[in-house]
Amino acid sequence: MATGEFAAHAAHAHAAPTSWIRKYVFSLDHKVIGIQYYFLALTAVFVGMILSLLMRIHLIWPTATLPFLGEIKPETYLSLLTMHGTIMVFFVLTTAPQGGFGNYFLPIQIGAPDMAFPVLNMLSFWVTALAFIVMIAAFFVVGGAPLHGWTGYPPLSALQSAGPGEGLGADLWVISIALFCLGALMSALNFITTTLDMRAKGMTMMRMPLTCWSWFITAILGLLAFGVLLSAGILLLLDRNAGTSFYVPLVTINGQLAGHKGGSPLLWQHLFWFFGHPEVYIAILPAMGLCSQLLSVFSRKPIFGYKAMVYAMLSIGFLGFMVWGHHMFMSGMSPYTAFAFSVMTMAIGVPSAIKTFNWLGTIWRGRLRFTSPMLFALGFVSLFVSGGISGPFLAQPVLDIQLHDTYFVVGHFHLIMGVASIFGIFAATYYWFPKMFGRMMNESLARWHFFISLIGTYAIFMPMHYLGMAGHLRRYSQLTELNYLHGLVPLQTFMTYAAFVTIAGQFIFLFNLFWSMKFGKKASDNPWEATTIEWTTTTPPPHDNFGGHMPVVNNGPYEYSVPGAPRDYVMQTDPPLAKAH
Amino acid sequence: MGLVLLVVIWLITFISAYFFIAKTWWLPAGASVAAAGIDHHFSTTYILMGAVFVAAQVILGYFAWQYRDRGSASRQAQYSHGNNTLEITWTVLTLILFVGLNFMSSSIWASERFRPAGPGAVQVEVTGMQFAWYFRYPGADGKFGATKPELQDASAGGEGAIGLDTTDPASKDDVVAGTMYVPVNREVDVTLRAADVIHSFFIPAMRFKQDAVPGIAIHMHFTPITVGDYEIACSQLCGLGHYKMHGILKVVNQEDYDKWLAAREAEKQ
Amino acid sequence: MDLITTTAAVDAAGVLLGGHGSPDHLSADFSARLRRARLGLIVALTGVVMIFVSFSSAYVVRKGLPTLDPQSGTLVHDWLPLQLPSFLLVNTLVLLVSTLTMELARRQAAREALATEISRSAVATTSTSPKEAQRMPWLALTAVLGLSFLAGQWLVWRELAASGFYVSTNPSSSFFYLLTATHGIHLLGGILTLIAASAAYFWRRLAESRAVVVDITAWYWHFMTFLWVNILCLLEVAH
Repeated sequence: MATGEFAAHAAHAHAAPTSWIRKYVFSLDHKVIGIQYYFLALTAVFVGMILSLLMRIHLIWPTATLPFLGEIKPETYLSLLTMHGTIMVFFVLTTAPQGGFGNYFLPIQIGAPDMAFPVLNMLSFWVTALAFIVMIAAFFVVGGAPLHGWTGYPPLSALQSAGPGEGLGADLWVISIALFCLGALMSALNFITTTLDMRAKGMTMMRMPLTCWSWFITAILGLLAFGVLLSAGILLLLDRNAGTSFYVPLVTINGQLAGHKGGSPLLWQHLFWFFGHPEVYIAILPAMGLCSQLLSVFSRKPIFGYKAMVYAMLSIGFLGFMVWGHHMFMSGMSPYTAFAFSVMTMAIGVPSAIKTFNWLGTIWRGRLRFTSPMLFALGFVSLFVSGGISGPFLAQPVLDIQLHDTYFVVGHFHLIMGVASIFGIFAATYYWFPKMFGRMMNESLARWHFFISLIGTYAIFMPMHYLGMAGHLRRYSQLTELNYLHGLVPLQTFMTYAAFVTIAGQFIFLFNLFWSMKFGKKASDNPWEATTIEWTTTTPPPHDNFGGHMPVVNNGPYEYSVPGAPRDYVMQTDPPLAKAH
Repeated sequence: MGLVLLVVIWLITFISAYFFIAKTWWLPAGASVAAAGIDHHFSTTYILMGAVFVAAQVILGYFAWQYRDRGSASRQAQYSHGNNTLEITWTVLTLILFVGLNFMSSSIWASERFRPAGPGAVQVEVTGMQFAWYFRYPGADGKFGATKPELQDASAGGEGAIGLDTTDPASKDDVVAGTMYVPVNREVDVTLRAADVIHSFFIPAMRFKQDAVPGIAIHMHFTPITVGDYEIACSQLCGLGHYKMHGILKVVNQEDYDKWLAAREAEKQ
Repeated sequence: MDLITTTAAVDAAGVLLGGHGSPDHLSADFSARLRRARLGLIVALTGVVMIFVSFSSAYVVRKGLPTLDPQSGTLVHDWLPLQLPSFLLVNTLVLLVSTLTMELARRQAAREALATEISRSAVATTSTSPKEAQRMPWLALTAVLGLSFLAGQWLVWRELAASGFYVSTNPSSSFFYLLTATHGIHLLGGILTLIAASAAYFWRRLAESRAVVVDITAWYWHFMTFLWVNILCLLEVAH
C-alpha cells in the first residue's frame, strides 16, 4: 500500500544513526542538537563571565597589571564590555533557553517524534557555532575586538579609524552577528512549524504547557526581528567597507574627513532597537514559561490563570514590537514620538505584572517542595520583580533624562536578563537534567549554588541603581576623571568583591553538572512527579522520543491535586478527568 | 528551607529599601528650573514603585514559608485554575497605575521638550568631538558663523577645533571656549553638534541630557537657577576617551557673564 | 483498499494541483509532508519579507531625510534619483515568463506524483517509474530563464557602472545595488534548488519527494517574482 511505503520511507528517515559523527556531531536528532546548543551556551557564558570579571577588576584597580593581559587600557575595557554584552545576549540568552532546552523538549512536550525539519535544525546549530567562532576570532586579529558596545552605534562602529578594534575586529563582529541571525531565523522556522503542525492527538494549543507557548512566541519574535538586525548589519558592513553612507553623515575622524555624507546614525538605532527590544523578550519569555511550569509542579497546584498567562505572553510579544523607541528618548528623536513610545512601554508593563500576580497566585495555598528547580523558580520571581520595578522609571522620558546611559539602566537589564533569565537556565538544567542524562544533580551543591547566586547577584546589581541615580555613567572605563564619581568608588569596590564570590559560586554549578553526569544518583522516569509528556518517556528518551507509541493527550498540563484523584498529579496522557479540560 | 527563603528575600528587600529611603546615594542637588518638577515626579514614581517592590517581595517570601510542604501536617494544595475577577481587577489597577504615572510625567516632558527656547535665551553652540567639548557663543550679531569640516584642526585650539570658517563675516565675533559660561536665571538655548561620532551632553545638576548626533543640529534648553560650577559628562559611548570627555559649566551672575564674554571678544582682536 | 488509496492519491494530487485541500488522517503521508513543507515556506518567507521591509523602510527614510550642511548650518536634501536602465523592464519580462514556466513545472511534477501513486496502487508488480514520453523540460527552462535574469541584472549593473554609478556613488545608487543584489541572492537559491530537483529526476528519486520540492520551490519562485515587481515599483516611484 502506498502509505505503507511512505511510512517506511519516513521511518527510514528517522532511524537512529550509528556512526559517531552522525550520532554526536552532525546529528539530526533534536535532543542531540539541543545538548549541542546548551554546551555552546555554557562555553559562551563562561567566556562572558570572565570578561565581566576583568571589567570589575579594572574598575576598582585601573592600573593593576594582570597576568597575560598586562595593564588593561581604556580601549581594552571597552572591548571587554562590548564582547561581554554581545556574547551574553546572543550566545547565552538567545541560545540556551530556546536552542538548548526548546530544541530538546518542545517536540517531546507536544508529543512529536522530532522537529519539523531536522536537517535545517542541524544546520542552524552549526551556523550558530560558526558565528561564535567568528566572534571569538575578533579578539585575536590586529587591533583586537571592537570597542563600540553591544549596541554598535555608528558612526563609531562604522568608521574603521574611530578607535582600536574598529578595524577587522569590528567587521568580524558584524559578520558573526549576521551568521547568528541566519541561524536564529532557521531555528525559528522549525519551532513555529513544529508547534503548529506536529502536536500529538489531543494536544490542542490550549493544552500545551506554558513552556511550549513561550518557545513558540519567542520563535515568532525571532522570525520577525532577526531579519531586521541582519539588514542593519548588512548596511553597516557596506558603510564600513564599500564607501556607502547609510549611517554616516559628513564627519571627520582624527582630524580627517571620513569620506561619507548624508547618512543617518539614527537609522541604525531604529533598525537595531526594532530588533533589540523584541530580543530582550526573546531572552526572558522562555524563562517565564519555565517559571510557570516549575511553580506549578512544585506547589502541586495548577498554574493560576493559564489563559491569562497565554494572553499575557502574546501581548508581551505583540507590544514588544511597538516600544523600541524607549531606547532612544535622548537620541534626537522627536519628543512627540518619544511620548507615544513611552505610553506603549508603560502598557507593556501590565502583562508582566499580570504574570507576577499569577505566579504568586500559583504558590498561594500550594504545598511547596523546595527542590533545586523550585528554588531557582522562586528566585526568578524575586529577580523579575526587582528588575521589572526599575522599568517604569526608565519608561518615562522625563526621568530617563537623568537615568539614561547610567548604571541605573545597567542594573535594570542585568537583574532581568543577566540574572532572572540565567536563573531560568539554571532551573531548566536542574529540572531536566534527570531526563536528559538519567541521573539527578546533587541537591546540596545546588542549594549552595542557589544562595550564593541569589545573594551575590543582588549584591552586585542592586547597588547599580544607587550609582545611576547619583549620575554614574555606563561604559566608563575609569572613575578617575569626574569629581562626582569619586564618592562612588566604595560602592563599586563592594560590587567587585560580590562579583568574586558570585563567580566562584558558579564553579559549584559547573562541577555539579559534570560530576552528576557520571556519578549522580540514578533517576527514575518521573522523579519530580510532573504531568507533562516528557515524563512519560524513558530516561533518556529513545531516538523517536516515544519508542513507536505516539502519545494521545487527554488532559491539560497542570492537573495537580485534583480532588478525588488517586495521586496528587494526573499526567496529560492519563485517562481523561471527569471534568473536561 | 521555607523560613530560610523568607529571611533571605526579606533581608535583601529591606536592606535595598533602606538605602533607597535613606537616600544614601541620591540624585545630585538640582540647580535648574526643570529640576524641581522632575525630582518631584521621581519621588512619586519611586514611592509608588517602591511600595509595589516591597509588597511583592514580602508576599513572595511569606508564601514560600507559609505554604511549604509540612508533610502530613499540610492539607492538599488548593485545586484552582484561577479567578477571572481577580485577573481583571489587578490588570485594571496596574494599567491605571502605569498609565497614570506616565500621564503625570508627560506634562513635564511637554513643557521641557515640546516648545523651543524663548526669544531672549542665551545662545550657546556645544560641539562634541573625540574627546572634548567646545562651546561657541555667537557674539553681538547673534549669528553663528559657518564651519567647514575640512578646516578642523584640534591642535589649533577652540576655533580651529570646530573648523570655524573665518572668511564668513558672521564668524568674526564668535567666541569659542573650552569652559561653558552662562548667566544665572536666564534660559540657555543649547545647539548640540558632533564632529565625528555620537556624543551626549549631560549636566546632572541641571537634569539636562541630550545626544549630540553628527549630521544634525539639535536644540535643547535649560534655565540654571543657582550660581556655581557643575560638571559636564559625556553620556554616549564615543571611543576610548569616553570616560574622560568632561567639561565644566560655570553659572555666574549676569555681570560676571558679560565681563567674561567681553574679555573673550577682546582676546580675538 | 484500492479505493481508499486512490482517493488518497487523488486527494494528494488535488492538494498539489489545486494548491489547497485539507488531508484527513486517511490521506497519504505525502499530503502531510506537503502541508508541512508549505507551512515552513510561509514561515520562511515571513522572515525574508522582514529583510526587504527593513531595506525598503530605510530607503524611504533616507530618501526624505535632510542632512546638516555645515557651511550654511541648515538642513539640506541630498537625494539624487537614479535613472533606471530600460533593460530592467526586459529583465522583468524574463522573470515573469519564468514564473509561468515554473508553474507549469510544478503542475507537471504534481501529475507525475499522482501517476506514480495510481500506478503503484493499481499494479503491484510492474515498474513504478513515470512514463518517459514527451516531457517538456519546464523545470530546466525555468532554471535557464532564472539564470538569464541574473545575467541580465549583471548587465544592468555594468551599464550603471559605465555611467559612473557604483555602490558608493550616492544613496539612491547604493540602495539600487543593495535591493537588486539581495533579491538576486535569494533567486539564486531558488535556481540552485531547481537544478537539484532537475538532477533528482535523472536519479529516479521518488516522484512524490520531487513533487514536494518542486512545489515549494515554485511558490518560493512566485514570491521572488512578486518581490521583484515590488522592488521595481519602489525604485520607480522614487522619480
